[in-house]
Amino acid sequence: MEDFTPVSALIGGLMIGTSAALLLVLNGRIAGISGILGGLIPPGRGQVGWRLAFLAGMLIAPLVYVAFGGILPTVVIDAPPPVLVAAGLIVGFGTRLGAGCTSGHGVCGIGRGSPRSLAATAVFLITAIATVFVTRHIIGV
Amino acid sequence: MLPILSAFASGLLFGLGLIVSQMVNPAKVLGFLDVFGRWDPSLALVMGGAVAVSALGTMAARRRGVPVLASRLEIPSRRELDPRLIGGAALFGIGWGLVGLCPGPALVGLTFGPSEVFAFVAAMILGMAGFRLVPADWPRARFRREASRVDG
Repeated sequence: MEDFTPVSALIGGLMIGTSAALLLVLNGRIAGISGILGGLIPPGRGQVGWRLAFLAGMLIAPLVYVAFGGILPTVVIDAPPPVLVAAGLIVGFGTRLGAGCTSGHGVCGIGRGSPRSLAATAVFLITAIATVFVTRHIIGV
Repeated sequence: MLPILSAFASGLLFGLGLIVSQMVNPAKVLGFLDVFGRWDPSLALVMGGAVAVSALGTMAARRRGVPVLASRLEIPSRRELDPRLIGGAALFGIGWGLVGLCPGPALVGLTFGPSEVFAFVAAMILGMAGFRLVPADWPRARFRREASRVDG
């Protein structure tokens, strides 16, 4: 458990929750990243501005973090290119079919007690854990 | 203009939260998903903290009834489980487990991560575009057709 970082995890989680609360109270919108991005593919009328603004905020976050003296965590990706592309396709398609991802279902949906989001979160956690089990402990990548 | 600014601020805070919690690092996420290996429970605390504040936000938004800067609350009201929801979530989990990236951290990682993040996000956007080709009642349509065949 030497990788466990409880303090930064909790602080980061509270920030994410505050972001979701702000977007709902101010804009009346769910902070689901796959939904916000997917709503731009293709762009719907009157739907573009706030979506682009939210995504721009996310993209600029690392620059702001560094500007305030933060040291960015290293992004470590071990997956080979074909796996990377396959995973991206599956995540894009799956989150749209299932109407949400870790943020929309996991944070916002569970936060309002939605049975659909509870079920979706349970399902994607189970298949993700099973996938890691197979790749790490059975195939042994 | 104000709704745009608030959406921007919210996205910024979301991204900062993903950075502070280190969820932008797929290795950290895979450490959580690897419950049968060297388990790193950090992600559970990220989710716990986020869900708690998001729940307070939902209560506040519902009590107000109308958002501060918009005409109505866009909260999904559906409650029933269907094959699309479960199938989509199952697929998403597989993709998430393969690399350790979900949509939020992938987007934040575009700015400073390695080129692998670009490849993942490009494929993810293609996958989202591919979803537009799916009929609105799939995969239920096939079940219904089979059922009607059986019924005669």
